[in-house]
Amino acid sequence: MERIPILQMGDFLLVTIQVDMHDRLAMTLQDDLTNRICQANARGVLIDISALEIVDSFIGRILGNIAKMAKVLDAQTVVVGMQPAVAITLVELGLSLEGIRTALNVEKGMNLLRTGFDPQSAPHLFPRG
Amino acid sequence: MDSKISSILEQSSTELLSEWLQLLTSSYRQGVLKEAELREECREFLQAFAKAVQGDRLDSIQGPQWSDVRDILTHMSRSRSQKGFTPSETAMFVLSLKQPLFERLRQQWSDRSHELLDEIWQTTTLLDRLGLLTTEIHQKTRDEIIIRQQEELLELSTPVVKLWHNILALPIIGTLDSARTQIVMESLLQKIVETGSEIAIIDITGVPTVDTLTAQHLLKTITAARLMGADCIISGIRPQIAQTIVYLGVDLQGIITKSTLADAFALALRRTGTQIHRSDVK
Repeated sequence: MERIPILQMGDFLLVTIQVDMHDRLAMTLQDDLTNRICQANARGVLIDISALEIVDSFIGRILGNIAKMAKVLDAQTVVVGMQPAVAITLVELGLSLEGIRTALNVEKGMNLLRTGFDPQSAPHLFPRG
Repeated sequence: MDSKISSILEQSSTELLSEWLQLLTSSYRQGVLKEAELREECREFLQAFAKAVQGDRLDSIQGPQWSDVRDILTHMSRSRSQKGFTPSETAMFVLSLKQPLFERLRQQWSDRSHELLDEIWQTTTLLDRLGLLTTEIHQKTRDEIIIRQQEELLELSTPVVKLWHNILALPIIGTLDSARTQIVMESLLQKIVETGSEIAIIDITGVPTVDTLTAQHLLKTITAARLMGADCIISGIRPQIAQTIVYLGVDLQGIITKSTLADAFALALRRTGTQIHRSDVK
């Protein structure tokens, strides 16, 4: 059966969705991910959806649910690389994915996870002074 | 039935051409069109016209034998329209052919008034149709120009500028309608992806009014940007617009607003961890 691979990087789990998500696959991902968070005792989950061109309301909701479940399991979720068309579609569908943190790309997403979402300790892009 | 115009066009095409040209040059503004150019157009048209009226269907200009005539007229109307001629000037190209043509008909058929009338009626309907065709194409060309200009204006009026590393600004000028907001939204989001900017400042100093629909569109844009991982700041809200927003009950909760673009920029710099110092250099 088709599965989306979940990679582990230290305390974080990395999921890169490269294929078109159908409902079954999304449900499997949700199962696998919650299991892995528990097993690995992960602190953060990074989901890269930059390759996705279509996200329907179901997938949008699953993403939201995954974030909530991760939160219950004490892990933060960052969704990265959403395409403009996808973002517009989700907004038009009325899904604003409240509670999910987002970042433009994997690098910024990892930074966000590392700093634990604390803006005060964010690494500075430019040296001060 | 053998058409009489057909034989007239065959016999006296040279005289027709010169008389027609004379009429055209007297009615056209001078200098806009070269005479040689006009002569060539007329000659081509007469040739195609003579060929087309040899067929037996003279009550419609849609048939295949008319395709050459239609092509020539389409080309002519387009170039006239682009050169700034009026629709009537364009139509006169065809309609002024009536005078020399009818003159010939009258000379040949003066003894049989009944048939002459029939023939004139048929010819005049035909030429009117061709004249209407030119007007239609003229109008269509104008419409195309207007639509293209509209699109260009739309593109021009919504530039997304990069203010700093990771900071974009979108100064909006003019009234925001749905079509425009759509373009604004798409170009902003696209630029966010391209530049990887974390903060976008939407400056609406140049927007005179905001209605519910516009406010909703703005909110959607901001939510979409947030989904992609970028934050938006709205700046330059006029007092009048602030009143409208509150009266309309638009919820701007969770959206950062600043009074001026400068304030928004300062905040954006702070957010990205940049500091600017002014050194007092003498």
